[in-house]
Amino acid sequence: MALLMPQLVNKKNLRRLLGITTAALLSISASVFADPLKVGFVYVSPIGDAGWTYQHDEARKIVEKEFGDKIETTYVESVAEGADAERVIRNMASRGYDLIFTTSFGYMNPTIKVAKMFPKVKFEHATGYKTAANVGNYQARDYEGRFLAGMVAGAMTKKNVIGYVGAFPIPEVIRGINSFMLGAQAVNPDVKMKVVWVNTWHDPAKEREAAESLVLQGADVLTMHTDSAAVIQAAEAKGIYSVGFNSDMSAYGPKTHLTSSTQHWESIYSAKIKAVLAGTWKPEAIWHGLKENVVSLSPFNPVVPAAIAEKVNAYKAEIIAGTRAVYQGPIYDQAGTLKVAEGKSLSDEELHQQNWYVKGIDGKIPQ
Amino acid sequence: MDISLIENILFAMVRTGTPLLLVALGAMMSERSGVLNLGQEGMILVGAACGFIAAYAGGSLGLGVLAAVAAGVAVSLVFAFIALTLISNQVATGLALTIFGTGLSAFLGAAYVGQTVTGFAPVAIPFLSDIPLIGTALFAQDLLVYLSFVLFAAVFVVMRYTRLGLIIRAVGENPDVAHALGYKVLLVRYCAVMFGGAMAGLAGAYLSLAYTPMWAEGIAAGRGWIALALVVFASWRTERILLGAWLFGFASILHLLLQGYGYEISPNLLAMLPYVVTILVLVMMMYRQQNQGLFAPRSLGQPYHPPK
Repeated sequence: MALLMPQLVNKKNLRRLLGITTAALLSISASVFADPLKVGFVYVSPIGDAGWTYQHDEARKIVEKEFGDKIETTYVESVAEGADAERVIRNMASRGYDLIFTTSFGYMNPTIKVAKMFPKVKFEHATGYKTAANVGNYQARDYEGRFLAGMVAGAMTKKNVIGYVGAFPIPEVIRGINSFMLGAQAVNPDVKMKVVWVNTWHDPAKEREAAESLVLQGADVLTMHTDSAAVIQAAEAKGIYSVGFNSDMSAYGPKTHLTSSTQHWESIYSAKIKAVLAGTWKPEAIWHGLKENVVSLSPFNPVVPAAIAEKVNAYKAEIIAGTRAVYQGPIYDQAGTLKVAEGKSLSDEELHQQNWYVKGIDGKIPQ
Repeated sequence: MDISLIENILFAMVRTGTPLLLVALGAMMSERSGVLNLGQEGMILVGAACGFIAAYAGGSLGLGVLAAVAAGVAVSLVFAFIALTLISNQVATGLALTIFGTGLSAFLGAAYVGQTVTGFAPVAIPFLSDIPLIGTALFAQDLLVYLSFVLFAAVFVVMRYTRLGLIIRAVGENPDVAHALGYKVLLVRYCAVMFGGAMAGLAGAYLSLAYTPMWAEGIAAGRGWIALALVVFASWRTERILLGAWLFGFASILHLLLQGYGYEISPNLLAMLPYVVTILVLVMMMYRQQNQGLFAPRSLGQPYHPPK
């Protein structure tokens, strides 16, 4: 062909020709075969054996089983937030994925940006607050799990001091701290809490030092809002109790890990895939918790007395039934100002904007 | 403050300073021979990943440490080949090594995230660990911390009292003269870089097998860079590296402890501190250099073309 029509088949034309052929082939394949729905997942860290991304991937495997050959899933792990995320998401969208879950807060803007370029692809972003014509978002009410886990911690502390390792003083982390404290206070009115900020999501050695500095200050139950299980390990080494987060961290503290507040995303993924398959998908912001079983507690360590476990389960049932809120007034802040009046609770918006500590927590929030 | 609190702080200070000490000793040796290897962070990470994998799969901590050291040496050889034999830019090569090491360790370790091994436990030395105040800090640590003391002493003696130390320094100060005297410049530099790799690998093993016995991506969390700053801070003097490493360790512990006692120091300020110190030292060094003697090995970072 190149020999016969050199004037036609220059580089530019060839590229155009290829483009047309590919487009034609693609449209044929799309119309002739009933392709499975292609579902993509973008993960911020390696899947590993525990943690935030692990829970997302477990959910992916569950929906893959549930829908069988109706869907086809793929994932890309360890995608850094920012420019790299945009490249990965765009690549997925251009490879014909119909529904893409982007599972980290920092993917929000890249997701919105790519969504504009691919109006036919549906996007779901985890833990953000933006929606668009083809972008929904979803979150877990972690704080409900924190509250229940806090009850266990409050019941198990002997010195009445809980230690909390925080990553950054942002509303999400502060909400977890307050919720944990409220849970602890629900079973132990005398309990106090100390917080140490490490200013990183991930530095196991520093997380461990922070945990040990809390032990020095008298804490005898530890928990954290950072990525690694270093705090659980530190507690095990010191022979004091700990409470995990994200996924069941009992492997890191077989003797001392009490329970973990965990997330389970499969119900959300399943509902979203169903909606896309049925053509009823619409962008929405959902925030699911204990009720939808998106948030849960991992099995208790046998050292947790049955009476405590019963009480925690009773509270859990009440939260699910809607007869009890985690932030149920009266709640006072550190200065003793009434933050939530008797008979009231916090709205979702107020929950998102917490920048104060509840009474009983030591220290100030760094500014 | 009671005695036990101070003992605890000192204990944590030594432990926190140990990975910095190990890496900085290695980096100093390589810089004393005239080679600037910015790939420390990458070497630590590869060491940490390989050490953890070997300890997990082989069931032996000793094996893990050996694997970590071997991995550090292997990665440093890549650097040495490119920077010394192929005579590339050392700064660029070192940076590339860090990026390479970060990726390689993440790749190798991916299957081991979330696994656990029983790490090195503290071993108290009888009598010595009972010394008030400093006993626990110096003599109730784990084996790798003791190893760091031994290595420190070895480097100190070699650099100060031996012919080998003189040769390394001669090569770093003036490779042409060293060559004229009959010393094999490239061989010395290769060995110094490999020693640096071994030390970084060992520091990696300390992180993933003793400090926090686990593998997590990016477990080094910038310690390679702090160690490089430390070498400058210590003006390439062995004894100052020990003090500097413990001082840096102390600063990071202090920051966590002070929070608990209600003192407020901006965490960002503290995070900045090592870098501010480095800049100050660099400024000081330039000043001194212009006036009289100098701290830095004279041929540091400069490519060496062996005469044909």
